[in-house]
Amino acid sequence: MSAGTSKTLGELAKTVRSKNAGVDKITFDVIFRERETYELVKRSGVLTRATVAALYKVPEERISDFVTFDPAYAIKFTLYRERPSGSPGDADIFGAQQYAPLLDVEVPSG
Amino acid sequence: MPAQTLRFLCPNGHLGFAPLKTGSFRLGVETRPDFILADSGSDDIGPGPLGSDTSTSPREWQRHDLEHMLLAARELGVPMIIGSAGDTGTNSRVDLYVEMIREIATKHRLPPFKIGWFYSEMAPTLLREKLAGGEVISGLDGRPDLTAEELAATDRIVAVAGVHPYEALLDRGADVIIGGRSSDSVIFAAPAVRAGYPEALAYYLGKVLECASFNAEPYGGKETVIGEISMDDVKVTAMHPEQRCTVASVAGHAMYERSNPFYEHVAGGTLDMTHCVYEQLTEKTTRITGPTFTRSQGVRVKLEGAGKVGERYVGFVGIRDPYTVAHVDEVIGWARQQVRERFGEDGYELHYQVYGRNGVMGDRDPLKERPGHEVGVLVFGVAPTREMAEEVAITGTRQMFYARLPNVKGTAGGVAFPLDEVVAASPAYRWTLNHTMRVDDPLELFPLHVDEVRP
Repeated sequence: MSAGTSKTLGELAKTVRSKNAGVDKITFDVIFRERETYELVKRSGVLTRATVAALYKVPEERISDFVTFDPAYAIKFTLYRERPSGSPGDADIFGAQQYAPLLDVEVPSG
Repeated sequence: MPAQTLRFLCPNGHLGFAPLKTGSFRLGVETRPDFILADSGSDDIGPGPLGSDTSTSPREWQRHDLEHMLLAARELGVPMIIGSAGDTGTNSRVDLYVEMIREIATKHRLPPFKIGWFYSEMAPTLLREKLAGGEVISGLDGRPDLTAEELAATDRIVAVAGVHPYEALLDRGADVIIGGRSSDSVIFAAPAVRAGYPEALAYYLGKVLECASFNAEPYGGKETVIGEISMDDVKVTAMHPEQRCTVASVAGHAMYERSNPFYEHVAGGTLDMTHCVYEQLTEKTTRITGPTFTRSQGVRVKLEGAGKVGERYVGFVGIRDPYTVAHVDEVIGWARQQVRERFGEDGYELHYQVYGRNGVMGDRDPLKERPGHEVGVLVFGVAPTREMAEEVAITGTRQMFYARLPNVKGTAGGVAFPLDEVVAASPAYRWTLNHTMRVDDPLELFPLHVDEVRP
């Protein structure tokens, strides 16, 4: 990548997914194929508690966990649900389609 | 101290939800594992099955997997263990699986064997007594502690077992175990702990095996994997010819559907995977060392509970007029007002999901202000009786047709109906309990049974 350009997480990551973590939370995994890309995204600061809270329009207190997980080259965070999975009004019982906004996050090249 | 390793075969991460693949299962069986095990439960499926005491899995798929596993286990003369029977692990689901095992044994005229099972359901009255006695039923994941009101809204409760009932049934000589609701990992951990392996490795073994081939790559569910435990490590191997357990796939699985990849809580303690080391041992096998396990002071058992919210009807409309698409919230507002005028402010629920705009993500969708050129609106009416739920839903759906938008060009009907009716759905439930309760004896909520199967 040349200086000054940027790519999206959708282009850089091997896996971007969301899934229930129990009945009250949805967890998000952004997994990279190589260590270099993982480190680049970690360093870039585009994924932090603050940026994720802003992206999902929730206060930071609604993020239960935010971790980087070196063995899997993964950045992972978990949001409390608005309502428990499968309650009337919940449109995503498995929490499986909540990751899409992450795909468009821009990562400046190192 | 155990002299050798023990090998555990897992063919399916959620027995019944989709059938196991027989090719890799047979390859695994040919390696003569010491145990054949699978988890059959999930709280992913929403609160409906627990609340209504039903399975989301078809019986034929449940029977398919039980039959393959039972025949292989009896052929090898090794224990077969199933946890969280029938998706929810309620008493009726345990009974269903025990009965299926008896039928399969009869069909194949298997030599006699011992079957053990335990129940997990907790009567709401028992929990009411605990609450009244001052016991704190602690909320998990940000929930408040349990109140009498929330308990009163609960129809069915299961307690989530640790290793204890599985160990006890193995002690009693069970060849086949059908478990009520259990933590996924303990089904595998129990025989390993009982055999004298370190708890940390035993629980890690369970954690890495419980979803079967979800810990392998390339992606492909319902394929068999085998985990092997020694005094020093856990090794996990994919059985499908095209699949491999790699450092990336195994480590990646530690994160799957958990809020944190480092900790796994079970009745009796916590597995800590922070310092796990993953090594590619051979092409298909990854070796893991370094997990730790901390026993808790006293045992707290997790409780899951579901309660009925009401009967439910569903309607659907489409909108193509760009002005109406842009003002769909006002259309919904009009329909809501008509329902309010008929039924008042509460005593029912009315939900709208606007597909083509933010149906999937609701208010969290960053593209909410950029709807498509047409949108579809799904309407849910929930109320105490079927009649009322139907009327709430049909009013909330049909009145969108009559919404009074000031500048709309089309004055012959504001929405398109693919159906001029609303459709009965299953009743609506919600998760009322995601809590923990202290127990003096880790077996007290899990009554054990053993019987001889003599086809």
